[in-house]
Amino acid sequence: MIDLTNKADVPSLGLGYLRPDGGKGIRNVVLVAYLVECARHVAQKIVQQFDEQEVHLIGFSGCYPNKYAETMMKALCTHANVGAVLLLSLGCESFNGKGLLETVQATQRPVKLIGIQETGGTGKAIAAGKAFIQQVQNQIKSCARIPLTWSDLIVGVVSGGSDATSGITANPAAGLAFDKLVSLGASTIFENTGEMVGLEDDLKRRATRSDLGIELKRTIEKAAAFYEAMGHGSFAPGNAEGGLSTLEEKSIGAYCKSGSAPIVGLLKPGDKPTVPGLYLMDIVPDGKPTFGFPNPNDISEINELIASGAQCVLFTTGRGSVAGSAIAPVIKIMANPENYYRMEENMDINAGKILQDEASLDDIANEIVAKIQQVVAGEKTKAEQLGHFEFSLAYKFFEPLGPSCLA
Amino acid sequence: MKKLFKINEQDNVYVVKVPLTKGELLEIEGQQIVVPYDLGRGHKLAACDIPKGEQVFKFGLPIGSATIAIQIGEHVHLHNLKSNYLPTYSKDDRFNQ
Repeated sequence: MIDLTNKADVPSLGLGYLRPDGGKGIRNVVLVAYLVECARHVAQKIVQQFDEQEVHLIGFSGCYPNKYAETMMKALCTHANVGAVLLLSLGCESFNGKGLLETVQATQRPVKLIGIQETGGTGKAIAAGKAFIQQVQNQIKSCARIPLTWSDLIVGVVSGGSDATSGITANPAAGLAFDKLVSLGASTIFENTGEMVGLEDDLKRRATRSDLGIELKRTIEKAAAFYEAMGHGSFAPGNAEGGLSTLEEKSIGAYCKSGSAPIVGLLKPGDKPTVPGLYLMDIVPDGKPTFGFPNPNDISEINELIASGAQCVLFTTGRGSVAGSAIAPVIKIMANPENYYRMEENMDINAGKILQDEASLDDIANEIVAKIQQVVAGEKTKAEQLGHFEFSLAYKFFEPLGPSCLA
Repeated sequence: MKKLFKINEQDNVYVVKVPLTKGELLEIEGQQIVVPYDLGRGHKLAACDIPKGEQVFKFGLPIGSATIAIQIGEHVHLHNLKSNYLPTYSKDDRFNQ
């Protein structure tokens, strides 16, 4: 049994990648980013030439401008896990490729912007992109390595494909693991304010500052109003068949992933933690609902956590998600014991053991912390082993954070 | 193996860990309970008598109020528990408020 209060038992995190801008990564990824759907094929062809070599595809499909998408792409292309970036533009889209190029250049990462029209079409753009990646792969191998400490780490948590077991095994175990991470000095982020209706007063109570508490409460009220305007309640009849009786019961089942630590700040996607501790991420857009549901899929939620600096993400599931990420390792925690054995290939942790009296919540929380340590030190997650490097980025609108949100 | 568990010590409901079948005998706080119908994993049974209007606690937090007096061992669900926020929509009309 690991006793995390005993210093000798606190496991080593191995060597991280020290970026010139001070970022500390746990992976050394080359990103190939298309800046409009029309450039995706060329970007994808380039990535395919580097199978199994940490060269991953991201991008934004829309041709219309969107500030959120540009903020997200800037945050992701300068993420601590990213060593170099290749940008693929068609040439006539409205995405500000030059602005993104300059942002990445300012962090001293190797970066190149290829315009497909300017380069002379598909074949030439692919050749140019391939040559650039071959060149930077050697360059980023020499990235400085430094021993990581827990305070260098930002860990996010999401859930997806939930069932009746999620709220009683994987989510509370992830919450206990979050408490342990915070006590080790790490930063942690939980999200999906759309599923916290009913918890606004508890969130307020957990804030370390009273003005932050008011912001947290307002965030949930905003989420409730947004979903009401969308005409969608976050409670399906299937939830009741699985034993959930009320909206707040479902909310708490998801909310317990946050553990019990005090909340030190409120983030919006792309905002970075300023001090160690637990953060809530507001994922619900500001203003009138304009671009649809706040969380169109699990992958976009993972991405928003990564855009706020998470080097690694915990993902709890009951039915069995298979998702990974182009930028950060995703650790799968399966809540349901039968589904664990059905989908063991995709699962890193079996929290279903709790229901079979084979483990306590605390045992699983310790397993999660140990797994994070191994993954940070370089061990591949199941998603990474299977080549799951998903990415998704949709249109959204956010106002900037208010002054009382961060310490 | 225990078939029920309490998530938080403050809770007044137990959560079903393994599917229960109708007629099965259980012991809750020293009292014999007969399972009234098949109950899947994740369903809740009262850990004590819960008077009408009282809050039901799970995860140490209120998940709604009792709409009628609930006896120890009784199934706690849409027929005796309501949200303090939005009514729960069910495909079974008996439970739609």
